[in-house]
Amino acid sequence: MAYSDKVLDHYSNPRNVGSMDKGSLDVGTGLVGAPECGDVMKLQIKVNPQNGVIEDAKFKTFGCGSAIASSSLATEWVKGKTVDEALGIRNTDIVKELSLPPVKIHCSVLAEDAIRAAIHDWKKKQGVAETAAPVGTRASH
Amino acid sequence: MSTDVKTAALEQRIAPNGIKLPIYMDNHATTPMDPRVLEEMLPYFMEKFGNAASRNHPFGWAAEEAVELSRERVAKLVGATAKEIIFTSGATESDNLAIKGVAEMYKEKGNHIITAVTEHKAVLDTCKRLEKYGYRVTYLPVQKDGVVDLDDLRRALDDKTILVTLMAANNEIGVLQPLAEIGRMCRERGVLFHSDAVQAVGKVPMDVNQQNIDLMSITAHKIYGPKGAGALYVRRKNPRVQVSAIIDGGGHERGMRSGTLNVPGIVGLGKACALCMEEMPKESCHIAGLRNRLRDKIMSRLDEVFINGSMEHRLPGNLNISFAYVEGESLLMGINDIAVSSGSACTSATLEPSYVLKALGTGDDLAHSSIRFGLGRFNTEAEVDYVADRVCETVERLRELSPLYEMAKEGVDLKSVKWQAE
Repeated sequence: MAYSDKVLDHYSNPRNVGSMDKGSLDVGTGLVGAPECGDVMKLQIKVNPQNGVIEDAKFKTFGCGSAIASSSLATEWVKGKTVDEALGIRNTDIVKELSLPPVKIHCSVLAEDAIRAAIHDWKKKQGVAETAAPVGTRASH
Repeated sequence: MSTDVKTAALEQRIAPNGIKLPIYMDNHATTPMDPRVLEEMLPYFMEKFGNAASRNHPFGWAAEEAVELSRERVAKLVGATAKEIIFTSGATESDNLAIKGVAEMYKEKGNHIITAVTEHKAVLDTCKRLEKYGYRVTYLPVQKDGVVDLDDLRRALDDKTILVTLMAANNEIGVLQPLAEIGRMCRERGVLFHSDAVQAVGKVPMDVNQQNIDLMSITAHKIYGPKGAGALYVRRKNPRVQVSAIIDGGGHERGMRSGTLNVPGIVGLGKACALCMEEMPKESCHIAGLRNRLRDKIMSRLDEVFINGSMEHRLPGNLNISFAYVEGESLLMGINDIAVSSGSACTSATLEPSYVLKALGTGDDLAHSSIRFGLGRFNTEAEVDYVADRVCETVERLRELSPLYEMAKEGVDLKSVKWQAE
């Protein structure tokens, strides 16, 4: 299998590997894929609650080189975007950037799913914090 | 990538410790040619180039003489007689000829064939085709260690069974089947026994009489010979076995395989067999030592590493290991100066994980994490040490990247997680 230079680069020098505190209100965690399928991605975002900007992102991936590269790229791209802008990231953009062959397109799809799952998780946390708090109390989380 | 870039990756580089890179440890896929084999073959391209079937002049006679010498050499390696060796284009053709040839020849006797789920595709796909023609095929399961359960075989044999086809050694996990017992069971019931012995011949002792084998597939390119040259052993005595040809046209090879003989290839096959005959005992011992060294170095440095298949009944050069929490293709990428293969779906064209590992009951996740090492004649201890180090450091690095490793370290039972698959 011939890998593009960019895939090799992300594989050898992955960006933003690591973990954030799952329990933090500002962190959204997306965990997608399954071990039996050979692809599991965990993507986390730290969002500034004032302006909805993704300030930091971290990932961990169990999967092939293209999967690692797709998720590494995803963390690079979401940083600095608002959550709504990040929702605009399409797997086809990842395919293009990494020159993924057809047999690896599903890796980019999973990366897009991971972004969405992380944002969804964050929004859920924010939603609960916003709506569940009766007057004068703070929501426990 | 352009062709130039792809072949440039094959150019030899030297590692800091003097080892030539890339290192080849995929000897179950194919083997480099032994220089002695090449030397033996060369005259038959330009000087002794005759057609072995040309009966009337010295060009033909010289070619025929070389072919007959090879026939002897192949026969000797497996305990057969020269007349029982038919030359083919390789083991895939030999498997086809054996299975289809017996099915056709013995169809009045019965229509049931027995094989196993871990066989090579050359056997499985041939059986599938016969099923389309109305034959009945039983695919025996294997036990956790990869060995066929003889009781399963006993139960499967019936009065319509005409052929049992079971490989001597598996190409992925190197596991050896109990051929003598299988052959005895078949002989008692008058059922023919074919073995795809491609991975075993020349590496472990094979004897068609001791092992009660009636047909055997052999190929040159797994034993340091050329690609495109193979053989099928067809028993002539006790019982006399016949196969219908699958290639017609001139009746060569006793009517069983028509076509001008690939003389240089056959010469190479013969020489490769002769070298194995001489060197096998010492070589197998040496290669097993290297394989065990690789295994011990890896297992002493890493945890959660599992060997797939029986270590006891195994080819000396094979090591098939799963590295939990790390996916196989990403591991291969990290050791891209070493040629090995993986049971991961990502490395197969069809995105299916290895069916052999699946048959062992290995979970898909561990199948995705498997690497197959195939050590051979030209591997060295220095190479083994280098490979062990590179594999271990790559696994450690990838485990740092792995959410599964992280979860396992946190005490999460991965089997209980509800995964959101794409």
